[in-house]
Amino acid sequence: MSQSDNNKVVISGVGVISALGVGIDPLWEAMLEGQTGLKRIERFDPSGFASQVAGELAEDEFKVRKIVPKSHRKATKVMCRDTELAVGAAALAVENAGITTAGTSDDPPTIDPNRVGCHIGAGLISADVNELGAALVTSKKEDGSFDLEHWGSEGMQNLTPLWLLKYLPNMLACHVTIVHDCRGPSNTITCCEASSGLSIAESRRVIQRGDADACLSGGVEDRVNPLALYRQHCTNRLTETDGSGDMTQVVRPFAEDANGTVIGEGGGILFIESEISCNKRGGSPWCTIEGIGCRQSFTDTPLDADPHAIESAIGKAMSEAQCTPNDIDLIVPLGSGIRKIDSVELEGLTAIFGEALQNIPTITTIPFTGNCMAGNGAICIGVAAKAINEQTIPARLGSESTIGIDAAKCCAIKTSIKRVLVVTPSEGGQCVALILGRVGT
Amino acid sequence: MTRVVVTGMGWITPLGNDLDTVWKRMCKGESAIATIERFDASSFPTKFAGQVRNFDWTQYVHNAADHHEPAMNSQFALGAAKQAWEQSGLGSYQELNHDRAGIYLGAGEGVLDFSAHSMIDTHSWNVEDGKVDAVAWAKFATAQLDEWGEVEQEPNMPLWHLAREYELRGPAFNCLTACAASTQAIGEATSVLLRGDADVMLAGGTHTMLHALGITGFNRLTALSTFDGDPQKASKPFSRDRGGFVMGEGSGMLVLETLEHAIARGATPLAEIVGFGSSADAYRITDLHPEGRGPAAAMNNALSQAGIDAKTATENPPVQYISAHGTSTQENDLIETMAIKLAFGDNAPNVPISSIKSMMGHLIAAAGSVELITCIMSIQTNMLVPTINLDNPDPALDLDYIPNTAREAQVDCCLSNSFGFGGQNNTLVVKRFNP
Repeated sequence: MSQSDNNKVVISGVGVISALGVGIDPLWEAMLEGQTGLKRIERFDPSGFASQVAGELAEDEFKVRKIVPKSHRKATKVMCRDTELAVGAAALAVENAGITTAGTSDDPPTIDPNRVGCHIGAGLISADVNELGAALVTSKKEDGSFDLEHWGSEGMQNLTPLWLLKYLPNMLACHVTIVHDCRGPSNTITCCEASSGLSIAESRRVIQRGDADACLSGGVEDRVNPLALYRQHCTNRLTETDGSGDMTQVVRPFAEDANGTVIGEGGGILFIESEISCNKRGGSPWCTIEGIGCRQSFTDTPLDADPHAIESAIGKAMSEAQCTPNDIDLIVPLGSGIRKIDSVELEGLTAIFGEALQNIPTITTIPFTGNCMAGNGAICIGVAAKAINEQTIPARLGSESTIGIDAAKCCAIKTSIKRVLVVTPSEGGQCVALILGRVGT
Repeated sequence: MTRVVVTGMGWITPLGNDLDTVWKRMCKGESAIATIERFDASSFPTKFAGQVRNFDWTQYVHNAADHHEPAMNSQFALGAAKQAWEQSGLGSYQELNHDRAGIYLGAGEGVLDFSAHSMIDTHSWNVEDGKVDAVAWAKFATAQLDEWGEVEQEPNMPLWHLAREYELRGPAFNCLTACAASTQAIGEATSVLLRGDADVMLAGGTHTMLHALGITGFNRLTALSTFDGDPQKASKPFSRDRGGFVMGEGSGMLVLETLEHAIARGATPLAEIVGFGSSADAYRITDLHPEGRGPAAAMNNALSQAGIDAKTATENPPVQYISAHGTSTQENDLIETMAIKLAFGDNAPNVPISSIKSMMGHLIAAAGSVELITCIMSIQTNMLVPTINLDNPDPALDLDYIPNTAREAQVDCCLSNSFGFGGQNNTLVVKRFNP
């Protein structure tokens, strides 16, 4: 195996879906205005949970059947919410990139389908408890216990035959590849919050080694269901709230009084492309991916973070980008509002930037969208790309003050942005850092 | 030019928990398929599987207390990784740069506690509404579920356990492309090394779906064999009467490193990874492309990267063994055969092929890593393991599937296929190491 010469890789299409709407623009507009998408969960009664707030997209705001080609409408029946949102985000990215695929028209595709890959980060997709419960309850004995023997012989027949296919994490990428006829390398990264960044790292690696010209890449996850919410509850990372207070203050990244995060649904798919391919077709890149570093934490539990991993991942990304800390104009950290994770992020960032960290503005997305886990990184990267394009830093929510980092509540500002660092440590210990650069710098 | 070699291997499988035992049993054509003991499957359409036995994960770690009750997939990963790490000699290598030692796994999710989940869902069921009462559900979940067990469900948890055990701080990824995951993990780990992003990568897969909901899911898909006879005869890839795959479980792990790094520390390369190909069918969620488009592309890409012209007819084909995905489903075995013909042209009939799933079942995400280790064992021993239960060949499948009996052969280069539900396809090419 040989490694082809590296070439520049750009983001040439952005598709984001979040609690604040379908597309990057509604999210961006809300962020400029300081409007949060967090509210008390409506999809089910959350009263049994200590954390009752989420970044939830109203179901009537997005219907996947409306955006897939007629030939794929039947397949929407075997999509879980995560897959629906991924297919939606991919459609947005393709549209934004200005390319033609089998999913957009009958015209010849802009790029040879064999040269288009797909890497989509996904989560542990939680079963719909209503769907599974409806089948399981048929095997409930009169005394209330569950009859496994009945389940094996009869009960399981109440589960739709393709039930399992809804919940395989790779189905996000598989549906997207089918809709858009992407026949190149395809993968599904499952590393919690780091999934999106690692997927983009893989897309870039695949393009740079010459196995594809472009990839649909990113991550999506839906955590707004009882089982997924419970699983996050098990990590002790969620803030306790019934949704009655000021929702702009629920998640307070890097604040001394931060007390946890909230879940969300959504994510983003980006069109990642070699600069050569983008130029050849006359595309308009949002930004260049200048460097990526990824590292694993060495911690006592998988729920901890490791400042060394953050520092080392950023160091590697900077090395690839051939830049120094002084060249970073903006940082998009995870900023989850989980105090122990925020403090480790701060430690890792301080190791790189020193006292100058206080003078570098940040964007924190989770107070707006909730933590979309596998989709979170793609939202961060989409917002970072938008910030570069608009030369604007949107508003921040959360606490009135933070120590050691410029992450307190503030309004949007216009400024010069040439390079942005996006860094994401994840549950499970993976950490990914990306440096995005303004085209032409 | 950077080269990537394998310096350590290990596996935990239904056929045994060390390299030699499993290899000897495969060479004898033994089956590990038996009645499921993990739960009472007596009323299920499928009552048998390949189950890991006599395995105590605590014997494979320095300090079990470091690992916080790992789920079974993580246990298997720790077991396989220890064998690989020891064989590589890295355990006693003091100079390892931990920031340049990474992990790439194709690991599945943890084991779902079906007993607890079925109780919670049924007890919180509201008959009038026809759905779960979410408030009651939360109450029962809080009372019944093991919190740590739910955290261990995340597919990236084996990654953390391995990092914790060996202080691996370099690039770390987990992918889950169904049955293709660990082949993809090894291929992409190779790519990470070729890029110069690491010196060492621990790569492989681990998975178990041998629980009531896993068997339920595959039974409903009608993908599992429901063979009504001796379980050891149930997995019969390439047979006319093949009736679906048999569930297995386990892990395969390999230590990959750059040749430069391996030589510098005096390690012995066991084989060289020379080709990796990945593709998507982009066809249907439930069906393979009828012409084998995706699998053929994965094989072609891997062979091309390896610099191998597989199609030109020759008396001595450049690939001497194909470890087939060979699931024993009607569709896979037919399409894979067609795809091999597309990739190998007139040479296809001359390349021996077998499916070890006939002996140990389908290890799902872990299948590819165990099958790649099989390829390397073939190179090391010049033995090809058989496809057992191939007594009734399918006349439509006309290649050399090494029926029932192992075979001696000069083996210098092997190809290993893995194809995932939904159409993600991956192929690796591995060669005898030649300095």
